[in-house]
Amino acid sequence: MKDCLAKLRRIRALTLKETRQILRDPSSIAIGVIFPLMMILLFGYGLSLDVTRVSVAVVDEDASSDSASLIGAFRLSPYFGVTVVHSMAEAKTLVMNRKADGALLIPSDFARRWHSGDAEVQILVNGTDANQARIMQAYAQGPVAQWSAAHASSSFLAGPVIVVDRMWFNESNDSHYFLVPGLIVLVMTIIGAFLTAMVVAREWERGTLEALFVTPMRAGEFLISKFLPYFGLGMIGFALCLLAGQFLFHVPLRGSLALLCLASMIYLLVALGIGLLVSTLVKSQFLASQLAMLLTFLPAMMLSGFLYDLRSMPVFIRGITYALPARYAVALMQTLYLAGDVGSVVWPNLGVLAAMAAALMIATRLVTRKQLS
Amino acid sequence: MTTSASSPALRLDGVSKSFRRETGESVLALDNISFSLDQGGLAALVGPDGAGKTTLIRLLTGLMKADRGVVSVLGIDPAKNPQAIQSRISYMPQRFGLYDDLTVRENLDLYADMHGVTADDKRTQYARLMEMTGLESFQKRLAGKLSGGMKQKLGLACTLVRSPELLLLDEPTVGVDPLSRRELWEIIRSLVKEGMTVLISSSFLDEAEACERVLVLDEGKKLAEGPPADVSSLALSRTYVLQPPDGMKPRDFQARLLADPDVVDAVPESGHVRLVSQAVSGRSGPAYFGGVLAQPTAARFEDGFMVLLQQTGGAKPNPSEEPQPEEALGGSRDDSMVEVHDLDRRFGKFVAVDHASFNVKRGEIFGLLGPNGAGKTTTFRMLCGLLPPSGGSLKVAGVDVRQASASARQHLGYVAQRFSLYGQLSVGENLAFFARAYGLRGKKKSERIAWALNQFKLEPFVRLPSAQLPGGFKQRLAMAASLLHRPEILFLDEPTSGADPFARREFWQRITVLAAGGVTVIVTTHFMAEAEYCDRAAILDNGKVLAQGTPAELRAHAPAEAGHIATMEDAFIAIVVDARSKEAAEHGERES
Repeated sequence: MKDCLAKLRRIRALTLKETRQILRDPSSIAIGVIFPLMMILLFGYGLSLDVTRVSVAVVDEDASSDSASLIGAFRLSPYFGVTVVHSMAEAKTLVMNRKADGALLIPSDFARRWHSGDAEVQILVNGTDANQARIMQAYAQGPVAQWSAAHASSSFLAGPVIVVDRMWFNESNDSHYFLVPGLIVLVMTIIGAFLTAMVVAREWERGTLEALFVTPMRAGEFLISKFLPYFGLGMIGFALCLLAGQFLFHVPLRGSLALLCLASMIYLLVALGIGLLVSTLVKSQFLASQLAMLLTFLPAMMLSGFLYDLRSMPVFIRGITYALPARYAVALMQTLYLAGDVGSVVWPNLGVLAAMAAALMIATRLVTRKQLS
Repeated sequence: MTTSASSPALRLDGVSKSFRRETGESVLALDNISFSLDQGGLAALVGPDGAGKTTLIRLLTGLMKADRGVVSVLGIDPAKNPQAIQSRISYMPQRFGLYDDLTVRENLDLYADMHGVTADDKRTQYARLMEMTGLESFQKRLAGKLSGGMKQKLGLACTLVRSPELLLLDEPTVGVDPLSRRELWEIIRSLVKEGMTVLISSSFLDEAEACERVLVLDEGKKLAEGPPADVSSLALSRTYVLQPPDGMKPRDFQARLLADPDVVDAVPESGHVRLVSQAVSGRSGPAYFGGVLAQPTAARFEDGFMVLLQQTGGAKPNPSEEPQPEEALGGSRDDSMVEVHDLDRRFGKFVAVDHASFNVKRGEIFGLLGPNGAGKTTTFRMLCGLLPPSGGSLKVAGVDVRQASASARQHLGYVAQRFSLYGQLSVGENLAFFARAYGLRGKKKSERIAWALNQFKLEPFVRLPSAQLPGGFKQRLAMAASLLHRPEILFLDEPTSGADPFARREFWQRITVLAAGGVTVIVTTHFMAEAEYCDRAAILDNGKVLAQGTPAELRAHAPAEAGHIATMEDAFIAIVVDARSKEAAEHGERES
């Protein structure tokens, strides 16, 4: 009982010390608060995967009223910015100079063939950015289809089939919908793994641990005092992301808030576990931060399904992603946000993360010895 | 106190410990060491850097395990039950174990809470510690903003938040000014008087004399163990003081005496030369060395230590290895080589160097003396054009460094603290690199490298990566590299810190030869006694030049005491105490 009380007093004193150090160190505030804010704004506003205002150079060889109204349809579309040029050569120059993303060629026989029912327009896209090219290709179908439908009905001819496509879970096809849940994972990774990777190594480097070790303090108490403040800091980052998702980007939360919080906490424990484990093993701040970057941040960005679809990856790389906690976290967050409390997705992913958290903490405790060399 | 008073507080029996270096070879840090210390005793662990002092203390704390042998602390084996020991002893590691971003009070609170000190005990204990350390008015200051001496006292206070059964201090006095050193020793002595057991490690040999027992280590081996008088008595009837012949500098006389095979050791001291002879006196009447009558004097610990080092095969600088003077540099001895006037350097609010002024003439050895944080390194960096001054003027070799630091640098050689060498490059490659960096090429370059290898006896190591050089040779290589372009001025920043006594003697021998050849030498040190090698020296504290002059002029600041010749350390303390009381008085006037 007395021992237990002494233990709690030591944990309290160590946690207080750690909290003071965080508050007095501008760099940990920067990583803990400023960084999530920057990520939110950067990913929220800067990195949108939606293509809008594609500039297109239009070559109207037909110069009929029909071609003019087709150009009008492009002008009206929010996705296109239209520049009318006089020759194909001119259009090509614009594309080459990156003044235009693509070209629309209306051939001289457009009006005549439209009335006979087999009109063609040619869309040329700059293929250097394959992703954007594909999107633009698809977008261009829109105004053309709309125009042909409207025109057909006005001239009482049978219109072509209009393809209605509908996207599930992301109706407005807004990339914020899937970026925000992923962002939570990214921010937790940074705070959890990156910040804590430095803290134990720092104490090794400055020699403070050596003095602390020769006190009644136990290694476990030391670790708990490292966990608690950074857990708090991580939850602040989570709250910032949650608020931004809700009020800045209006991403709907379909699942329950409680489950979302639980999932974040468990993932945060995993990230903290990785950070502390790395820090304890390498004992050098520089090496620890590099390792944390390689082991957590980059995979969370590239291989978690946050930016790139896991199914489009080669089988070998997809295999690697099963070892990455971020993969499960991203799946969890996206499901909770966009689909709801889907038990068959939530519980297995949560289970894997909880197991990882437990394993990492046990490993960290085992490698933290009050020993030098 | 559960252990009985008769059992030793700590005991080592045949303890060995080795490490594997990054390069793969294994190093024996401790070789078959036995030692014991009784309850309530005060013992010192002395030896140069790399002797194994820190390893030994870490074995006692249970932070490391011995490869072989028995370790027992308070009757417990630290390897088997480290926590039991760690809860009962206190330990101050070399860097004090303080959190720079916590205040003095917060550091104390942290350690008090670790040791489970109750609020009541805290109150009484803090009052006592504050009185002891004089940190009362600094309680709210961040530990990182304290001076070296205050940090060291705070580190000690943190180990004393409760009375430990054993106190282990690892080099608490390194880099600290003599005044703080003296104050720290007073605290330690009062603790021992109260019955505490203390083990302290140090590279200052004079500190061993204050202890009941010493363990002398060198490269992991035990050189001696017992009361310090046992070591001192090795030099009994072999220690003398000699007056240099008229017109001869003590350091030149000392260098000549040191070359004599009958002499174990010679150092300049208080205008004289202190000497330890090979033979015991008394048989053949009065002793003469270098044609001068030698006055017998009482042997000190350091004298005995030098005899001990020689007996165990330590290498006294060999006369045949004596550095050969080069063809003298041109120019008059009256040329002012370094002129510093009203030099100022601030970092934000912090004043690192405060209106410093001094002049150094060609061929002079000029010392900058002071504790860590006094402003020595900052002054050096400005002199070398590495750091722009905030104010004042600065001329090196007649060139204003502020305008033309590149051309001034052509005349400079600089040996940085801890020697800036490329560890992975071999000795030869390091020299080749520095030669190119100084603009030497072709025949000139190979000539100078050959000279350096020969002069500093580095030939056997040409292909060895410099990280693997033995300690003293690293310093030689750093000096060799800085002399390749035959600089007129040589700057050396703490070249002797942590070096063994022989390496230090050898270093000063080289410096003496260089100065005789017309090289101007500016050197920083925190060994006050080394000021005796200088032509002139300045004493720095808190960025201010408190006093400057020849060693004799500086020594004159110390209060005269009958039967005691003032040392440089006495002078330093007198000067600093005087300056601080003046400052306090001025401060008082301003307040009132």
